[in-house]
Amino acid sequence: MLSRVADSCYWLSRYIERAETNARLLSVNMSLMLDLEDAGEGSVREHWEPVLASLEDQELFGTLFDHIDGESVREFVTFEKKNPNSIISCVSGARENARTVREQISSAMWEHINKLYLYLRSEKARSDYRNTPHDFYRSVIDGSHLFQGITDATMTHGEGWLFIQVGKFLERADSTSRVLDLKYHTLLPMGERVGGNVDLTQWMAVLRSCSALEAYLKIRVGHVAAWEVAEFLILHPTFPRSIRYSVDHMDRAIHRISGSGISAFHNEPERLSGMLRSSLDYATVESIFETGLHQYLDRTQLRLIEIADKLSKTYCEWLDESVEPVG
Amino acid sequence: MDACIRALLLANPWVIGTFPAYMQGMFADYEVGGFFDEMFDSAGRVRPHYAKLLDQFSEMEPAEFERKNALAEHSYLSQGITFTVYSGDEGTERIFPFDLIPRIVPADEWAHIERGLAQRLTALNMFLHDVYHEQHIIKEGIVPGEIVRSAKHFRPEFMGFDVPKNIYIHICGTDLIRDGDGRYLVLEDNGRCPSGVSYLLENRQAMKRVFPGLFSRNSVRPVDRYPQELLAVLRHIAPNDKPDPTIAVLSPGIFNSAYFEHSFLAREMGIEIVVGADLIVQNQRVYMKTTHGLKQVDVIYRRIDDDFLDPLVFRKDSVLGVPGLVDAYRAGNVSLANTIGTGVADDKVTYYYVPQMIKFYLAEDPILPNVDTFLSAVDSDRKYILDNIEQLVVKSANESGGYGMLIGPHGTKEQIEKFRQAIINDPRGYVAQPVIQLSRSPSFCGGAIEGRHIDLRPYVLCGEKISIVPGGLTRVAMNKGSLVVNSSQGGGSKDTWVLDADSE
Repeated sequence: MLSRVADSCYWLSRYIERAETNARLLSVNMSLMLDLEDAGEGSVREHWEPVLASLEDQELFGTLFDHIDGESVREFVTFEKKNPNSIISCVSGARENARTVREQISSAMWEHINKLYLYLRSEKARSDYRNTPHDFYRSVIDGSHLFQGITDATMTHGEGWLFIQVGKFLERADSTSRVLDLKYHTLLPMGERVGGNVDLTQWMAVLRSCSALEAYLKIRVGHVAAWEVAEFLILHPTFPRSIRYSVDHMDRAIHRISGSGISAFHNEPERLSGMLRSSLDYATVESIFETGLHQYLDRTQLRLIEIADKLSKTYCEWLDESVEPVG
Repeated sequence: MDACIRALLLANPWVIGTFPAYMQGMFADYEVGGFFDEMFDSAGRVRPHYAKLLDQFSEMEPAEFERKNALAEHSYLSQGITFTVYSGDEGTERIFPFDLIPRIVPADEWAHIERGLAQRLTALNMFLHDVYHEQHIIKEGIVPGEIVRSAKHFRPEFMGFDVPKNIYIHICGTDLIRDGDGRYLVLEDNGRCPSGVSYLLENRQAMKRVFPGLFSRNSVRPVDRYPQELLAVLRHIAPNDKPDPTIAVLSPGIFNSAYFEHSFLAREMGIEIVVGADLIVQNQRVYMKTTHGLKQVDVIYRRIDDDFLDPLVFRKDSVLGVPGLVDAYRAGNVSLANTIGTGVADDKVTYYYVPQMIKFYLAEDPILPNVDTFLSAVDSDRKYILDNIEQLVVKSANESGGYGMLIGPHGTKEQIEKFRQAIINDPRGYVAQPVIQLSRSPSFCGGAIEGRHIDLRPYVLCGEKISIVPGGLTRVAMNKGSLVVNSSQGGGSKDTWVLDADSE
């Protein structure tokens, strides 16, 4: 497969996943605001700032908007074209990449991404966003799910598909770690204690942001506690948005690209991803909290970045370096 | 024969004279307007090959037609078959206008066209071999050497070079028009990188979606084998008859307005689409940069002009091309379709000589005539052109896409003066033709059906043999009265139906 094509498959998939995460994050945070009894300016700010922090976009936001409130953050993360991580930028990015590999992906995949893009650019999207914001974000999330379904059902599960899987799971592992980290940035209001009502609501929001609330409650039988939520989102072996599950599937896809066995490695990305996978396999939530949740998540994100970097070096090196023709 | 007539009578009761079908339903107010109309004769009677369609369409309400139109447009938009119009910082994507009323070509007319196109491409390929080798046609005084040497796209670097299977133009888009009497004439040959074939195929898809019942009843010949035939041509020219050659489409990239077509054809043929940066030349071989290292490419269907192919040989500033590609091509390690230097054959001055070429190389009379053409390079012609410029169409010899053209009767004083000066300064650079009133076809414009001028671009493939998918791209000048069908100038297109011989 052409290096450029592999690169585009990988990125188009990452962008779609990122758009989905952002949509869920905004939607959940909006509902969370409704639960707040005291929605003064200070607390509004306190609830939206962490969203920006977890996306690492505060600086750019500051150059475009005067103050942080629900409306400005939502606009920034949804429609702001200057924000490379906004939903619209992600979907445009996915579409541009899909366009360059149109002959490699199925027509159904392309048409679906194109439809999602056209929807986001339409008047209807704007009015849905204003009038029924949850439905609006729902359609973005559905759009991502549909894309994954169409991809699995219509595309040959060959190399291009594997790069799509790598992109999806790498982005998802990263997203889940960011959403979990969001709680780190969210301050408890004065007088609220850890394990109190507000704390609980916030942890439930974290679960919702990962579509994990229902799954979690089934396993923990209604008991919500920081420790256990973190354990669930980081280490659960079969919940499809946990970091461990995502890394596991990313690792499998990475190994399948070169055809090497899951317990061996033939190149740097395989080695690094295998190491991350096994460290998750053998981690306990106690050891994670010993390190510090925030530090642990931060380190995981750095490891994912390194894997992404090595993947690109291994499979797409031609794109970066211009090799001099011989003879 | 009997069967044919019987089928004809059964299907079209009016042709036996009981009741002739005139304009009816949505066509009731249609005006032929003194032009050759594809659907109706000058008395307003439907032509036999359009009778079934008239029957089916005349029952339809304009509102339903409007709905079908929207459906077709939506399907182009959702598939992303668009081009981008830039205004301000944001691009808007538009679709090429598509007209729902098909253009129908009866079987006998198509047979005539097919013979004429095959004859013409055979002669053009012989001409190209000749001008890059012995130049008999120049020595015999048929084509002036000066015309060949001064052609913008003549590549003297390739004198004496033998191309694979001796085929120069593998894909030719020949523009045909019909004059006031309905005669098919060749307007120009496109022997470099003709585009538009994806619209031919997509228009058919759109029609099938919008009017699912129409096709079987009309016995329309299918067009969808084009990509496979193109692939066969590309395989045919593989270096040293390599049995399983790696073939790629070379595109300028996603910002090119024809990118959709490049990617469409690659997908339909099941081959890679590459841009210049995906290829690298080592040891006179062309390789693709893949995730598993370098993979050699044997045949390139290039959709980049000669000038941009290889910055080491042609334009130094080209970032679209591949350094060393021409060297690899010369070494015979990669084949190109079309070959380099075919532009000398589709030059508008060379065009003038094509009928003579056909006589010279094939000893046949041209089946499809040229439009009368005057060469400003010839003194007597130039005088005629300058004296009659207001009545003529003047064309620059090397431009395409409807650029560099003056339609005298529609030109302003300044435009006419500009072209007059240009002709005097560069007589080799221009030709002139009388204004041909292109045939018209009923077209759905702004809620009503009106006549619009059309042309026809069939795509002629030359590999082991010459093959032409039945039909072509019918382009429509959507603006009232306009004679310019180019997509860059407000043109649209419609589906082209070639009928099965048995159905008539």
